Amino acid sequence: MSRTGTPAWMGRPTPAVRAAKAVALTVVVLLVIFPLWTVVATSLASPQNVIENGGWVIWPEDFSFGAYTEILQGGIITRALLVSTAITVVGTALSLTCTIGLAYTLSRPKVYGGKPLLLLVLFTFLFPPGMVPLFLVVQSAGLFDQYAALILPFLVNVFNLVVMRGFFQSIPSELIDAARIDGAGEFAILRKIVLPLSKAVIAVIGLFYAVAYWNRFFEAIIYFNDQTKWPIGTVLRQYVTGGASLAETSGELATASPQSVQMAVVMLATLPIVCVYPFVQRYFVKGVVTGALKA
Amino acid sequence: MNILFQLGTAREALDVSMTRVRGGTGGTSPPVEEPPTRSKEDGSRPGHLRRIRADRVLLIIAVPGLAYFLFFHYGALFGNVLAFQDFVPFLGLSGSEWVGLAHFERMFGDPEFWNAVKNTLVIAALQLVFFFPAPLALALLLNSIVGDTIRRFVQSVVYLPHFLSWVIVVALFQQMLGGAGVVNGWLSDLGMGGISVIGNPDAYGPLVIAQLIWKECGWATIIFLAALSQVDEQQYEAAALDGAGWGRRLWHVTLPAIRPVIALLLVLRLGEFLSIGFEQFFLQRQSVGPETGEVLETFVYFTGFASGDFGYAAAVGLFKGVIGVALIYTANKVAHRLGEQGVYQR
Repeated sequence: MSRTGTPAWMGRPTPAVRAAKAVALTVVVLLVIFPLWTVVATSLASPQNVIENGGWVIWPEDFSFGAYTEILQGGIITRALLVSTAITVVGTALSLTCTIGLAYTLSRPKVYGGKPLLLLVLFTFLFPPGMVPLFLVVQSAGLFDQYAALILPFLVNVFNLVVMRGFFQSIPSELIDAARIDGAGEFAILRKIVLPLSKAVIAVIGLFYAVAYWNRFFEAIIYFNDQTKWPIGTVLRQYVTGGASLAETSGELATASPQSVQMAVVMLATLPIVCVYPFVQRYFVKGVVTGALKA
Repeated sequence: MNILFQLGTAREALDVSMTRVRGGTGGTSPPVEEPPTRSKEDGSRPGHLRRIRADRVLLIIAVPGLAYFLFFHYGALFGNVLAFQDFVPFLGLSGSEWVGLAHFERMFGDPEFWNAVKNTLVIAALQLVFFFPAPLALALLLNSIVGDTIRRFVQSVVYLPHFLSWVIVVALFQQMLGGAGVVNGWLSDLGMGGISVIGNPDAYGPLVIAQLIWKECGWATIIFLAALSQVDEQQYEAAALDGAGWGRRLWHVTLPAIRPVIALLLVLRLGEFLSIGFEQFFLQRQSVGPETGEVLETFVYFTGFASGDFGYAAAVGLFKGVIGVALIYTANKVAHRLGEQGVYQR
């Protein structure tokens, strides 16, 4: 819905109302952006700058990339970033493949066994697996200290599956029937007709999966004894909220203050999300419109 | 993302699963595994084998996803039997001794369990009272912005925190509100005393609610914005012609129009009352201590993984899961009685 101007019935808001709204919106936006800004500023400030300011900086007086060179020259954080990247890429690809396959099958009206299979999947939504039983399943599958333990237990998300299935159902069946009459097999139909039409939903669901994989930290704590395999979230928890000091692992912190290094780690854990987000965000709108039309 | 979509389908999901729960008809196993007994039937009702063959491509591409659900979800569902065992990891599920309801008896007499229940209920109530209305208020504010550009910009900004992990959110709050944080720095510059928020048990409730609002309020506006965009413009016009001002239009047109959505979300929230989240509380439990910081899920974690008391932890987890299903069911009953469409339909 796009509105080009104030409708006549609304009347002109009084200056006081407009000012109040502007203030409210500015406060909301600043509450979100300001904390993130101090992270950027502190991570880029020189050690002296940070010390003089008492641990954080709002506007760096002299810039220094020392914190970034410090943590990217190898060591546990560099490795954790690589682990997280690999898990996110591989996990998202696997999750999308499995979700698309299952969602497409469940979206076809007369597929053999469709109804019971759908119930089988949807029941898990009502009773999600408990922490301890899931742990035993992962253990029995021999996934301890395996990167797969951060991927396989979260392969398909019921919500994502249901959204994807709904999107496939909204594709006009005439298109699919026409292709079938032309002799296309089910797989060709999925690849050449359904998937090209579903770019928006695949982008959004892909983002959801990627963000979930990138942000996952808890599972590595219970499934990994080998700390060198930790993803960035787990490492971040250890050093930022767990109270451990980075100095122990990073050696001499001559070029950057510990605060800058911590904030640089927060930055590096946030940056990929902030970079990908604007490209996928336009699809949210498309998705919401489709969803609203269907509802 | 299409939350309306999600809700519609979530309703469908609950609808079918609730019928299952109430009907109690067992056997969720797919008929794919049934033997093809009727393969010799006439052409109007093709036999199982022929139908499987016709749908083979579709069934094959569904296998990885189905295998995932069977192994991890149904496997874990079955794994709940350890709640009735004196589980020894070395012996496994088959070798461990059965203890009946002993874990549950212990649970009801365990003051630490009741402390976790109390903390969970307090935080859940705070979430309901303070978090639930926040996105509605923000959505009304956003909806009243006429300029599309400004609105899109504000939306982009407020959706973003939803995608940040709890580790980052907790770190940001420490940076802002911690003892050496930004706010305390400002206060001391102004010559005022500092505030103690992080690690202060008295401030824990407000802190976790503020974190939740910061992270999820913007994202939760999507559903309200979608509902608000469906409100009939002519009703506003008619109300305005009748002399209704901004406040009365809000009260008599906007809120009644989106009442079903509010009711549905409230029911969903009540049904998931105990699901207050895990990671946020796991990260901050130590900073305030278990007295204030222990909730049911962290209790399960620390009993099971820190103390190695797997059977007892699983019993507490199972207890919470069963209460959760009962809550969803009850919330729907109430919704129907109030004349609103619930999560599932009768």
